[in-house]
Amino acid sequence: MLSINDLRASIEGKEILKGINLEVKPGEVHAIMGPNGSGKSTLASVLAGREEYEVTGGSVVFDGKDILEMAPEERAAEGIFLAFQYPVEIPGVTTINFLKTAVNEIRKYRGENPLDAAQFLKMVREKAKLVSMNDSLLKRALNEGFSGGEKKRNEIFQMAVLEPKLAILDETDSGLDIDALRIVAEGVNSLRSPERATIVVTHYQRLLDYIIPDYVHVLYKGRIVKSGPKELALELEEKGYDWIKAEVEAVG
Amino acid sequence: MSTETIDLKTRLITDFHARESVMNGEASSAFHQKKRAALAQFDKLGFPTHRNEEWKYSNVKDLISVNYNFNADSALGLAELEDLNIPEQEANIIYFVNGHYNPALSRLISAQDQITIEPLSEAYKKNPTLVNTYFNELAHEADDAFTALNTAFAQDGIFIHVADHQTVEHPVILRFVSDARVQNVGSQPRNVIAVGRNAHVKLAEAFRTLGEQRSFTNVVTEIFVGEEAGVEYYKVQNESDNAYHIGTTQVRMLDRSQFYAGTVTLNGRFTRNNLNIILDGERCEAHMYGLYFPDGTQHVDNHTVADHRKPNSESNELYKGILRDKAKGVFNGKIFVRPDAQKTNAFQSCKNIVLSPEATMNTKPQLEIFADDVKCSHGTTTGQIDEEALFYMRSRGISRPEALSLLMFAFCADVVSQIKIDSVREYLENVIAQKLASK
Repeated sequence: MLSINDLRASIEGKEILKGINLEVKPGEVHAIMGPNGSGKSTLASVLAGREEYEVTGGSVVFDGKDILEMAPEERAAEGIFLAFQYPVEIPGVTTINFLKTAVNEIRKYRGENPLDAAQFLKMVREKAKLVSMNDSLLKRALNEGFSGGEKKRNEIFQMAVLEPKLAILDETDSGLDIDALRIVAEGVNSLRSPERATIVVTHYQRLLDYIIPDYVHVLYKGRIVKSGPKELALELEEKGYDWIKAEVEAVG
Repeated sequence: MSTETIDLKTRLITDFHARESVMNGEASSAFHQKKRAALAQFDKLGFPTHRNEEWKYSNVKDLISVNYNFNADSALGLAELEDLNIPEQEANIIYFVNGHYNPALSRLISAQDQITIEPLSEAYKKNPTLVNTYFNELAHEADDAFTALNTAFAQDGIFIHVADHQTVEHPVILRFVSDARVQNVGSQPRNVIAVGRNAHVKLAEAFRTLGEQRSFTNVVTEIFVGEEAGVEYYKVQNESDNAYHIGTTQVRMLDRSQFYAGTVTLNGRFTRNNLNIILDGERCEAHMYGLYFPDGTQHVDNHTVADHRKPNSESNELYKGILRDKAKGVFNGKIFVRPDAQKTNAFQSCKNIVLSPEATMNTKPQLEIFADDVKCSHGTTTGQIDEEALFYMRSRGISRPEALSLLMFAFCADVVSQIKIDSVREYLENVIAQKLASK
């Protein structure tokens, strides 16, 4: 489904990703962990098409298409979703209006007819229930004045509405208390299916208690330096990142 | 269009004397004496140049470089006006075409014992004392050449009088159409609006242009807001790329009255709006909202004054603009708090999005405070579109142009939502959405 090959990217002339290789198949959950500044969020941003980053080498193929030349909106329409670490507040645009525009723009891209108001509302209500999203939040300006937990829940709610093939969760656990974390994780789990894949970017193992990954990768200095089964996350939790750093430096 | 330089000032003064010579007995009336004094003042002041502090960023050289026909005939029918209309069902509608009242197109539905709506000249003939009580009592011609010019030529325009304790249900919509299909046209409407004690009314002035020749509108509106009265006043400018507009709205508020102003400049070559509010009573509330969207080489200048003269009143101002291409915007907001006006609350804010490196916005808040127990604040921001918000929306599948127009529409929303005449607000929402989508 997703094939990342020797991906290199820089920002303001500084190389952050130094040759990433990753294969993700439908139905899989991959966790990407690593110390601060290792390039985790950069990888998520580059996959979603954030324009501040310059891709300097390598390729990213999604469902057989090279996505690096695509605009962020085209990637979204192809089925890639990024849950933001810091969801943006947009005064004056209600969540419901924002999502209706998004859903219908994506349908247009795919050559489908727009949903009418009734169909859309019905669908949105079902999805809101899925992530315990309060109806009143839908009518408020997007993320404006939302608590940290409400913002993250809104990300998962948007994901449920847009039904992406590949979801990338960028530090979705940051700033969440344990209850909010559980609700968010339940939302993510309820969307798991054999056709969909998820990449969970996180610093801590905590979220992986709730979203069980198939693979864990450790990103350090712009490269994936270690991959393993879900137990690797527990090992990292217990021993920290220093032993990995030491391993890399020894080889390096 | 003629490119030869003409002396518009001399021509206007000559016109005035020519009209005066055929006036018979009316020339001695108090009404006419005010006009004659105004002409003398216009003669003395002349058109402003950039050396005048009030006109520092707005140059009228282009405006006064050609001739305008101030008496242009127009055979406009309702059908031709249809697409210029703000549609509404339940409203008093008064048409002025090239500055002249057009009874055939107009329609009054409110009861006459509630509200008097008449062309200014007719109202003066019927009740000179009443009209003279208000006419030119607020307008400042001493230092404003355009106001002096308007007063000198004041002929058509509307006189509105709302009787004490009346709440006028249906809004009054004044439509000013410049028919510039065959020639350069000029008009100088003068509106006098007197709202009685505890009376309530909603008003809108809508300006449109037909045709591609130049139009020059020099409008002055005087609004008297009685004690405990409530007035909502909206000015909507959707004129041509060849339209020059100078407008002054002069307001005086008495005790416990409320005044809402909304000034929306959708299109026009050169626009200067002066909105001057005197809070001449205690516990008054004045609200000023403005919105402008210049593009190309358009120029929009808003000058506002909140003049607090008595204690315990409040003024609140929010102006917003989106500037593109090589457009120029000017905002000058004055707040005066006179020595007697203790416990004044005055707030002012001007926010702009500049979408092109060649567009410019000049903002100047000017606070002059002579009382010591007041709350005043002001702030201006001029910035670009929020790229992070744009990326967020695009990452959800919304195309860049669509995301931009959503963001800009949202930026306008807190001004548009203040407009309480439903038909006017809905019209603006549609026009603004189209305007934002088409770029």
